[in-house]
Amino acid sequence: MASSPYFSLAVLFVAALLFGLAPLGLAWMWARLFSPRKPNAIKNSIYECGLVSKGDAWVQFRSAYYLYAIIFLIFDVEAVFLLPFAVAFTGLGVAACVSMLIFVLMLVEGLAWAWAKGILTWA
Amino acid sequence: MAVEKELKIELGKQGIFVTTIEELYNWGRRSSVWPMQFGLACCAIEMIATTMARYDLARFGAEVFRPSPRQADLMIVSGTVTKKMAPQVVRLYNQMAEPKYVIAMGACAISGGPFKQGYNVLKGIDRYIPVDVHIPGCPPRPEALIQAFMTLQKKIDGQPLTGEGRPRYLDADAQCEFPVPEQGAHDLEPPSNRGVWPVEIQGRGSRD
Repeated sequence: MASSPYFSLAVLFVAALLFGLAPLGLAWMWARLFSPRKPNAIKNSIYECGLVSKGDAWVQFRSAYYLYAIIFLIFDVEAVFLLPFAVAFTGLGVAACVSMLIFVLMLVEGLAWAWAKGILTWA
Repeated sequence: MAVEKELKIELGKQGIFVTTIEELYNWGRRSSVWPMQFGLACCAIEMIATTMARYDLARFGAEVFRPSPRQADLMIVSGTVTKKMAPQVVRLYNQMAEPKYVIAMGACAISGGPFKQGYNVLKGIDRYIPVDVHIPGCPPRPEALIQAFMTLQKKIDGQPLTGEGRPRYLDADAQCEFPVPEQGAHDLEPPSNRGVWPVEIQGRGSRD
């Protein structure tokens, strides 16, 4: 086994594991043996800036929210492309302008589709 | 004590340092008192100034203001405690891990200060939680907060780990829950925690 070329690697791996885990284990043991425990209901309650926490942390969001967010993201990226286009506008050829127009129109079509589907109506 | 103080100093001069577990433990505790990031009113501005470069609270090992009570050792009640805010302050104190200490900073936190006559102001946070150091002043200067901090460090240094006068958390029988007051019809209920404020509060009007 010791003749295996991976032997030293395995030794290093175990040493690395111990190096990471030993301090954690020691800290845990130290806490178990020496740390005084004074739990009570107020202390163990959820920390919410001093207020009593209300409700559950597992809140559900409407799926419409995600569609809204995705549409926002698409137009956010569009703005990134529009800015260099606007800066270089006077020096651009017809082909560049047409392709940019197609790009914008595609996104507008997507917006129209979302609008028609009623995603923009927040209810 | 196994080694007398004079002998210890003499040994120290020769480069031999003698200590006890208690001294070492308290040295560690007093050199890493982490305050809670918690400001109530104008005193908090002075507290912030204390932590900044000019006054540099970091010299005392206390620059790490923790945003959670679970990681904090010290609550600096810096400012006016209104009766609306008092339950939150007491709850936050309860949620801190032992050992925990309190500095009541400024006239308001120790007694209600200039707003003592106000119907909505708590006349000192020491009615509900045990305060270790009171600092007068309106607001106290950063030097005063540092002085309070050093006083607290002296207190921690002087606490024995066993026997009489040991800190609360090392005493299995000591009470470590401080009831959170609730808003009553006219005042906080109860008006004080009798465990830390032994005097009965008379005349439950706006002046109490």
